[in-house]
Amino acid sequence: MTEVNQLAEHLFRHESGKMLAVITRLFGFPNYDIARDVVQDTLLTAMQSWKLNGIPDNPTGWLYATAKNKVLDRLRREKFFAEISPNIAYQLESEQQMQIHIDHLFLDHEIEDSQLRMMFACCHPSLPPEAQITLILRTLCGLTIPEIAKAFLSNEETINKRLYRVKDKIRSTPIELEVPVGDELLPRLDVILKAVYLLFNEGYNSQNPDQLIKKELCEEAIRLGLLLHQHRFTNLPKTSALLSLMYFQASRFDARQDEEGNIVLLAHQNRQKWNRNRIEKGVEFLNNASQGSEISTYHLEAALASYHAQADSFENTNWKAITYLYRLLEQINPNIMVQFNKAIAIGFADGSQRGIDALLTIKGLEKSPYYHTALGDFYAKIKENSTAKNHYETAIQLTTSKAEWQLIWKKIESVS
Amino acid sequence: MNKYMLAFWNAIPSEQDFAQMSPEAMQAEIQKWNDWIGGIAAQGKMISTEGLYPTGKTVSGSNHVITDGPFTEGKEIIGGFMILTADSIDEAVELSKGCPIYDSEGRVEVREIQNFN
Repeated sequence: MTEVNQLAEHLFRHESGKMLAVITRLFGFPNYDIARDVVQDTLLTAMQSWKLNGIPDNPTGWLYATAKNKVLDRLRREKFFAEISPNIAYQLESEQQMQIHIDHLFLDHEIEDSQLRMMFACCHPSLPPEAQITLILRTLCGLTIPEIAKAFLSNEETINKRLYRVKDKIRSTPIELEVPVGDELLPRLDVILKAVYLLFNEGYNSQNPDQLIKKELCEEAIRLGLLLHQHRFTNLPKTSALLSLMYFQASRFDARQDEEGNIVLLAHQNRQKWNRNRIEKGVEFLNNASQGSEISTYHLEAALASYHAQADSFENTNWKAITYLYRLLEQINPNIMVQFNKAIAIGFADGSQRGIDALLTIKGLEKSPYYHTALGDFYAKIKENSTAKNHYETAIQLTTSKAEWQLIWKKIESVS
Repeated sequence: MNKYMLAFWNAIPSEQDFAQMSPEAMQAEIQKWNDWIGGIAAQGKMISTEGLYPTGKTVSGSNHVITDGPFTEGKEIIGGFMILTADSIDEAVELSKGCPIYDSEGRVEVREIQNFN
């Protein structure tokens, strides 16, 4: 076989996100649908040509040149020209100016800038969080509506409705495509980081059985994080902390599911399967994140993940450090899962009895098999086998996972 | 060695489906075609390939009546063609079997090119 020219993985999807950001910047945010038509048309032209003529040497350049022509065609239609955002119309007064302006927008740093503007627009505080993520996936990540529906374990109708509502909102409250400056920047960046974090979690923690789409959501979230990291306005320690957290979590992707698709808890994961490159990236970004005085929840979660990543076994983890981190996290973001994890860390750091005491103060996890398994484990360690067995038996009735069931069954046998 | 033309006939509905494809699917489609053509080129048998735009004009009759599109009546449309060399039409047919067009309800027409030398 001769070497067949290969396209970079996800090239079309990623280039569609870039081209859409650029063209939307030109047409105005409410017109992103028209921009998407132009992008789709560009990709279609490329597909028809490249199928039989082969892939050009510079596929990206080819796509951009085609997109530019299609944009010019659109702008030549006077009715549309009159509609698009008036503040750029002056730059488009003559055909020649139009061309210069469009060429300029397709320069590398301008493409990045457009993507960033797009991200701020998608995460405008007037839009609800789930709509923000849907918009990001639709625009910056180049996912189709069926793909988004699959990612959210939803149906196309729901996603379409969500996008219609967003479109109404965008028409009634004009959202500018710009990177906010001054006091406005930080709160707006917080919303973006939150959306990226949610996007990552959608991929990492959802019940979706489709591993591929889950991985892709995580990869897209990391890609958007890197984009924020590259831009001087948005390259804050917090941004690095979020990236660090995402890399550490993503390093465990292949270890956290068994052959049958069951979730494997951290305690039972095969640590050989952790991705060392991603752990290194996590460490690198955690170092970046340590500049400055602010400690965000991303910092704490990244630090937690780093202690787990560095430990050669669950038992040999630096539980003392982890206890401190959960205490800090609890102050910023008190919730029941933080309490639960803190209690487990206390049990490993300060002894099983202290862990039991901490677990018993938590109210609201009586229906969780993990809660009872944790209690059972600590009671088993202090040789209170009958109490341990009671908790394991409660846990085995509550679990819905076959793999968990087997695991708890073994524990019951060991204390019987 | 004789020359053959493979004409790629797409079904019109699948032609319209292409417009709705996701970027990811489009890229995969390109790759399938390039892999197949690359395989024929690797055997030194590929002479040329050309893709055609889906629109055009049909001129008919001594009055030169012009109609838009080559597909006014048909249910399918030629999307492109390949010229290749093969020992026999059977070999050309065999080579055509790897064409990705069959995945989208299309067909390949295999024709020997006349050689008057």
